[in-house]
Amino acid sequence: MSSAIGSGWETVIGLEIHAQLATRSKIFSGASTAYGAAPNTQACAVDLGLPGVLPVLNREAVRMAIRFGVAIDAQIDHQSIFARKNYFYPDLPKGYQISQFEHPIVGHGHISISLAEGEQKQIGITRAHLEEDAGKSIHDQFPEQTGIDLNRAGTPLLEIVSEPDMRSAKEAVAYARKIHSLVRYLEICDGNMQEGSFRCDANVSVRRQGDDRLGTRAELKNINSFRFLERAINFEVERQIEVIEDGGKVVQETRLYDSERDETRSMRSKEEANDYRYFPDPDLLPVIISDEDIAAIRAGLPELPEQKKQRYIDELKLSDYNAELLTANRDTALYFEAAHAASSDGIEPALLANWILGDLGGALNKAGMDIAASPIEPAALAQLVARISDDTISGKIAKQVFDAMWQGEGGADEIIEARGLRQITDSGAIETLIDDVIAANPEQVEQFRAGKEKVLGFFVGQVMQQSRGKANPGQVNALLREKLKPD
Amino acid sequence: MSYTVTEIRQGLAAGRFSSSEITRDYLARIAEHNPQLNCFISVTEELAMQQAQAADAALANGDTGLLTGVPLAHKDLFCTDGVRTSCGSRMLDNFIAPYDATVVERIREAGAVMLGKTNMDEFAMGSSNENSWYGNVANPWNTAHVPGGSSGGSAAAVAAGLAPAATGTDTGGSIRQPAALCGVTGIKPTYGRVSRYGMVAFASSLDQGGPLARSAADCALLLQAMAGFDPRDSTSSEIDVGDFSARLDQGIEGLRIGLPKEYFAEGLDSRLASVIETAIGELRKLGADVREVSLPMTGLSIPTYYVVAMAECSSNLSRFDGVRFGHRCADPVDLEDLYKRSRGEGFGAEVKRRILIGTYALSAGYYDAYYLKAQQLRRMIKDDFHKAFADVDLILGPTTPEVAFEIGAKTGDPVSMYLQDIYTISLNLAGLPGMSLPVGFVDGLPVGMQLIGNYFDEARLLQVAHRYQQVSDWHLQTPEAFA
Repeated sequence: MSSAIGSGWETVIGLEIHAQLATRSKIFSGASTAYGAAPNTQACAVDLGLPGVLPVLNREAVRMAIRFGVAIDAQIDHQSIFARKNYFYPDLPKGYQISQFEHPIVGHGHISISLAEGEQKQIGITRAHLEEDAGKSIHDQFPEQTGIDLNRAGTPLLEIVSEPDMRSAKEAVAYARKIHSLVRYLEICDGNMQEGSFRCDANVSVRRQGDDRLGTRAELKNINSFRFLERAINFEVERQIEVIEDGGKVVQETRLYDSERDETRSMRSKEEANDYRYFPDPDLLPVIISDEDIAAIRAGLPELPEQKKQRYIDELKLSDYNAELLTANRDTALYFEAAHAASSDGIEPALLANWILGDLGGALNKAGMDIAASPIEPAALAQLVARISDDTISGKIAKQVFDAMWQGEGGADEIIEARGLRQITDSGAIETLIDDVIAANPEQVEQFRAGKEKVLGFFVGQVMQQSRGKANPGQVNALLREKLKPD
Repeated sequence: MSYTVTEIRQGLAAGRFSSSEITRDYLARIAEHNPQLNCFISVTEELAMQQAQAADAALANGDTGLLTGVPLAHKDLFCTDGVRTSCGSRMLDNFIAPYDATVVERIREAGAVMLGKTNMDEFAMGSSNENSWYGNVANPWNTAHVPGGSSGGSAAAVAAGLAPAATGTDTGGSIRQPAALCGVTGIKPTYGRVSRYGMVAFASSLDQGGPLARSAADCALLLQAMAGFDPRDSTSSEIDVGDFSARLDQGIEGLRIGLPKEYFAEGLDSRLASVIETAIGELRKLGADVREVSLPMTGLSIPTYYVVAMAECSSNLSRFDGVRFGHRCADPVDLEDLYKRSRGEGFGAEVKRRILIGTYALSAGYYDAYYLKAQQLRRMIKDDFHKAFADVDLILGPTTPEVAFEIGAKTGDPVSMYLQDIYTISLNLAGLPGMSLPVGFVDGLPVGMQLIGNYFDEARLLQVAHRYQQVSDWHLQTPEAFA
């Protein structure tokens, strides 16, 4: 977006995130929320909107929403109201969605994001409200007809609406990732973007730098990864600037992001949009939330990313950078903590962190795997790192051991033994190797003794080669210097 | 055949007749008279006989369920597992619910036998039972007149002795007004007393189920079976139900009864007024302390009601879209066409009128002026009653401004039709319980008197009505043609 900023434009972005709450049953019925069942097998009479049925609120969904509210320091009112959002659509069984309009469960709050320069920026969260999801329309399975699958209908969603506080696609992604991380830390959403458990819509507008009025915005939908979020916003910003620079006007509309073409396309303009005729749902009583309820939920909050990061820096002496990376994702933090717990006292947490973020992270990335599914368990990685710390193997050999562990050849100790990788620290054995190398290379001995220091490297290399990498490099160095000294 | 439920229970207990016998008798009466009255949309002979036989077996084993073996009918707004629930609408002519409404379930569990489903104004929208896809219902006292509505089929069936009792629903008077017009006893409980689960919604914040029967004592029995907290209805009350029959025989000496001066003013047929005066005189003789009260918001209850009820119904009836159940138009060309024709063909004129008004009242730019304003008025109407109940134990007045009118007399004038509900509607807005009992006749047509109680004070309403019925016999009269 440097081009936009360079040309005197400012981007303004607000996000609406739909996080599917990880309740076992639906928000207003007892049907299961599990993903992937055969169509319409998880839709009960209430989900189907049969005549006469009534919604009954799932208190767990309320508790999860408050958990989120407490974590973002939000205002939580003592009374929250459900409202009906009325519109016709085949996969919306009742002809209205039960949502919230006035008095959402979570009021104004905020969250900090880290910018590239290590700077923090606070993003306002306008509100977060509970609502039920709709079903799915299936357009590609029945020629000339549309299939309706209502398994998803009634799944609880927390819609998290930000202030228009973000100024670039990168900030928007940082914010979305932060919310994603938070809902997973809070264990209120599985965060699975492919299955649609975590969805982002972006409201994007542009304005001339220095202008304090907001430009007309477009709402971008159908974004199912952070990468696409960044691309969709960048495309949209360029498009809007082009429209205005060509003398046109941006229209307020909903635009779908097409990841294959990497562009956004108009879906419907707001002028022809529905009048949702919100009104309080008479089937549901106001939700009453006491100070005690909020206090109990606050007391039950897990350690949140910010607190974890600070603890890693203060107590485990990790760098700010590593602490940030380890805590950005709950599963990574859990892995690190499990590995740390499995380590004995002498193991530097920083060394563990380097292995998790370095070799393990790289291997997982390459395999396209989540850390939670890592073939190397935290305790196994801790054992490998312990072997480096106690000089059983060198860092270099450790990489070999790691690869073997990744391939499923067993634990670190097992592999070290089986392959005979234990580092040679017996100076007698190393001396024998050195003596052989010196005897075999009289010319180089002369050169070194004549003052050519560089030749030492050659000798180290030869000795290491003879030891197949197992000799302790420090010992080799010291012993060589001694032996090469002119008699 | 003018058995009360109480008499049937006694007869069954004493072995004077079996449930199968009496059920067969009622089915025979339905077969004979329903063609003329059109009270029933569905008659479930086979099911009724099965249930009656099961009840007889249970009775033989000493079963003393509240309603074991008693035949009765359900308004066709209550979902019944496996039996069509039409709501008086073409929209649901083909709809068979896969579940029982809580009311149906509880009455079944109390041992009752279901005779069938009664006719009604479409989706409970009407005061004359002329808005039914299945045709109008005739008033047994004069078949050229309406039975009232929307529970017109239930009221007429009880009046003509085609069922000893029936369920009904009341959103603005739909139990009390037809009870009055047909000369039967009916009670609309406090909002939240009876579960709305499985009762197809008209206006969710106003709808309440209740019984229509031949006496207050019967209503107490039926309400006992119907009432109570239901976890499937978030608006149902957890307040203890108590025993509705316990106080029936207690006297009413010293009971403070308030007569709202606004109910005995212009608009009330003077002949009805004098019939009700006579009944009030009886209550005085029984020791009641009768005084005047004021409900100044009465005149505003109709416009308030018609905004709230129509707003809610416009949303409640959105689910009838031709997609999953109910009427679907033939060969829709696209989604828009499917919606428009399915709903256009499925709903009748009054339902469409109310959906349109309700949609308008909730629209952007009108919401504050209509819906919000109506909510404010609703609170003021509640306050009216709250103030009145500071001085009295019970409020009493007419149920309707006139007796049953002729079929077709008001169909061209919806506003005059809506005014039929002037005395009943404010109770629904306030959520208060009310009942209607017969107290005399004008032009050979029954006059209903309404008793209004404080929240969850149904037992007192039933007690007062029962005391009155012990010194009168209006409730026991049967139209000659159906004696």
